[in-house]
Amino acid sequence: MGPVRLPRPQSELPNLNVSNDQGLLQWISTVDHKQIGVMYLLFSVLFLCIGGLAALLFRIQLALPNNNFLGPEMFNQLFTMHGTTMIFFVLTPAILGFSVYFTPLMIGANEMAFPRLNAFSLWIAFFGALLLYFSFLNGGAPDGGWFNYAPLNEKQYASGNGIDYYCIGLLLGGIGTTSTAINLIVTILKCRAKTMDMRHLPVFVWMVLVNSFLILAAFPAINAALCMLLLDRQLQAHFFDPSMGGSPLLWQHLFWLFGHPEVYILILPSFGILSEVFQVFSRKPIFGYKLLVGSGIVIALLAFGVWMHHMFAAGLGITINGFFSASSLLIGVATGVKIFSWIATMWGGSLRFTTAMMFACAFLVEFTIGGLSGISFAIVPIDWQLTDTYYVVAHIHYVFIGGSLFGLLAGLFYWFPKMSGRMIPERNGKIFFWLFVIGFNMTFLVQHALGAMGMSRRVYTYPDIPGYGTLNFISTCGAFIMGMSVLYLLYLLMKNKRHGKEAPGDPWDAYTLEWMTTSPPALKNFGALPPVFSERPFRDLKTERLGKKNIN
Amino acid sequence: MTYTCQILLTIQSVFESATVEAEKVNALTFRFIIAGSFIFLLVVGLLIYVSVKFRAKPDAEPIQVRRNKKAEVAMIGIPFLMVAFFFYLTIKTMEATEPPVQNQKPDIIIVGHQWWWEARYPVKNVVTANEIHIPVQKKVLLQLNSGDVIHDWWVPSFGPKMDMVPGINNYLWLYIRKPGIYEGTCSEFCGVQHAWMRIRVIAQDTGDFQRWLTAEAMPALQPITGPARSGRTIFMGLTCAGCHTIKGTVAMGRAGPDLTHLASRETLLSGKMENTDENLEKWLSHPQKIKPGAHMPDFIFNKDTITALVAYLHTLQ
Repeated sequence: MGPVRLPRPQSELPNLNVSNDQGLLQWISTVDHKQIGVMYLLFSVLFLCIGGLAALLFRIQLALPNNNFLGPEMFNQLFTMHGTTMIFFVLTPAILGFSVYFTPLMIGANEMAFPRLNAFSLWIAFFGALLLYFSFLNGGAPDGGWFNYAPLNEKQYASGNGIDYYCIGLLLGGIGTTSTAINLIVTILKCRAKTMDMRHLPVFVWMVLVNSFLILAAFPAINAALCMLLLDRQLQAHFFDPSMGGSPLLWQHLFWLFGHPEVYILILPSFGILSEVFQVFSRKPIFGYKLLVGSGIVIALLAFGVWMHHMFAAGLGITINGFFSASSLLIGVATGVKIFSWIATMWGGSLRFTTAMMFACAFLVEFTIGGLSGISFAIVPIDWQLTDTYYVVAHIHYVFIGGSLFGLLAGLFYWFPKMSGRMIPERNGKIFFWLFVIGFNMTFLVQHALGAMGMSRRVYTYPDIPGYGTLNFISTCGAFIMGMSVLYLLYLLMKNKRHGKEAPGDPWDAYTLEWMTTSPPALKNFGALPPVFSERPFRDLKTERLGKKNIN
Repeated sequence: MTYTCQILLTIQSVFESATVEAEKVNALTFRFIIAGSFIFLLVVGLLIYVSVKFRAKPDAEPIQVRRNKKAEVAMIGIPFLMVAFFFYLTIKTMEATEPPVQNQKPDIIIVGHQWWWEARYPVKNVVTANEIHIPVQKKVLLQLNSGDVIHDWWVPSFGPKMDMVPGINNYLWLYIRKPGIYEGTCSEFCGVQHAWMRIRVIAQDTGDFQRWLTAEAMPALQPITGPARSGRTIFMGLTCAGCHTIKGTVAMGRAGPDLTHLASRETLLSGKMENTDENLEKWLSHPQKIKPGAHMPDFIFNKDTITALVAYLHTLQ
């Protein structure tokens, strides 16, 4: 193998003869990582609205006992599409969007390592999502839940085409995600500013790197499982069909061998974003850089040894349950370290409570709730009680929303001035913050109680058992507050993109290289780069200019 | 206020332990709640303290602390000790509640079907559906199986739940303390009517249970009245007998619930409705409207046929 040669867009990419003023054509044909990043985010927002609408519809159905708003078939399709969409086509594109937009900027690169592959990844994932939704026009959407257990996913029990669309849609999405992961790894390893050591990578970039390896290792499991399921359904292969000697548990192993790392795939970049936000708005370096990065790596490694905690109720025996209980509990230690490191970052700092920082602080509370309920699932006997109930529904939403999404929203408010060149007024940002936080907690906090009261998940209706009606009604009201707050956010983004106050290059007095560029950055990100000798190169540059002695 | 109190008193939850197993699980759960609350309050307390104490001060860059070895050791060490403690309790509780079965024969075999429960009592060769009778003050071993997709047996006040995986025998120990009626539900998504796969356990003391079991082992009573007899003729002549069993008759189907003693049950369709003649009539006239997706197809019966069938089913005490 010869030395790796990377194409540089300015000189080696084919000239597409499309200029900046050609609107849509220019966006569709772009290979610029910033435009692709923005399109990833728009992709995510589009499907957030669709997946959110599905959630509102089935929350109406669940608002009252014995309700008849949606039939069971429609309900099952909607909750399946909600989960699948939110995980694969909302959170995934959102983390990839921030990753491809800011990774090159934060390491002083002008482009991703493979710009055309970058565009390919985006579009193939987008068409995967469209294909998944096409199922509605062809006999009905998948209805087996996002983890789609065998043998309910086999032709015998799901005779429509929905599950086939699920397989192909997710395979295409998986191809996009995997190729982006390769792209990000090569970018980080090969395209850094010359003086930037691995020890000087911003925490966000470290998390993106760790995450990309996690993607590379986790996605083959689901891609294999999806292919096997397609073979089962189309060519009678019987991998998962017990009546023909197949194993339904094999699907669970393959799915969760991907599925549990996937949870960390969706949160590690958020951890990275939060690390940047906490240090900038505390005016202090991140506490325990090595510890934070190290615990991220530990989480990534442990991620592959915890999957059977999704199967504690499958009757696998004390030895297996014990092993996976121990590994899952250790994840709690690695995550706890992060929470306390962020608090320590704030300790003794000079805190500015911008909207981004508010989301970061709210994250600490919400994610602690999600983390603690997660630990209760590592304790096998408690898992036996509460798995597959509304308590799990509450838990995953505290992790995915209170964890991943709060981190992403902190990132959105932190980076919006850089991406759009405009500011969002703090007052409006905070109105959105409070609406969203109240709506979110109202929707999901009560679901912990519903689970403990014996309500199992994925039921399209429930008998009028004392307490069920009231709590479900509160939850539905909360969901509508969340829905409204998301509309308000979209309004804020659109309005301020056009009419907001112009943003300077460095509105937050931030630390990393992306803030050295103009807002928004020019097509060629950087002219000259300062020498890098810490993970806060831009701060080093600013303190030098001010003639201050660099303390570190 | 009194209304709220009333509701709180009647609420069923995982915390009312009706079995020895649930007591053991809940002892662990309460310890976890204490530890979890401690961590949660610690995080929130620190956050509030930090937010108030360290608000922005203009133009003074704070001291750039990067690490503190003692704090780092505490951050790793204390949580590690806590999870080690809970790991120990986890293993201990698992061994105490669900010890390996060895070669013991199960007392009751429960089979999950889309969307009803079949219960078999091997000792007396009894088969029944949906309402499951279990003796109290006795350590009972359940064997859990599935007839089609994965289901999950869960009665919250009994403690652990257990999946029913096709092709695999799973087991669960139960020592129920007091007689009573305990509600539960299928807890693994199993298709269209997952919501209406509710469990009703009737826990009885040994005498009552033995009496019930003896009655249940008897074949169905012969109908006496005219409508009931014509109902039986219709039942045996139409496709009903192909899917349902009525002991003592030619009906030996296995696809649907055993109906030998249907009239002695309190609910129909796994908890969907009360067992009354009107409800039975509604169900027979339009199954797909009452429980859409259920495997009983819409038959086009005329009114007289339905009345006769209901009259016959009513005799199956």
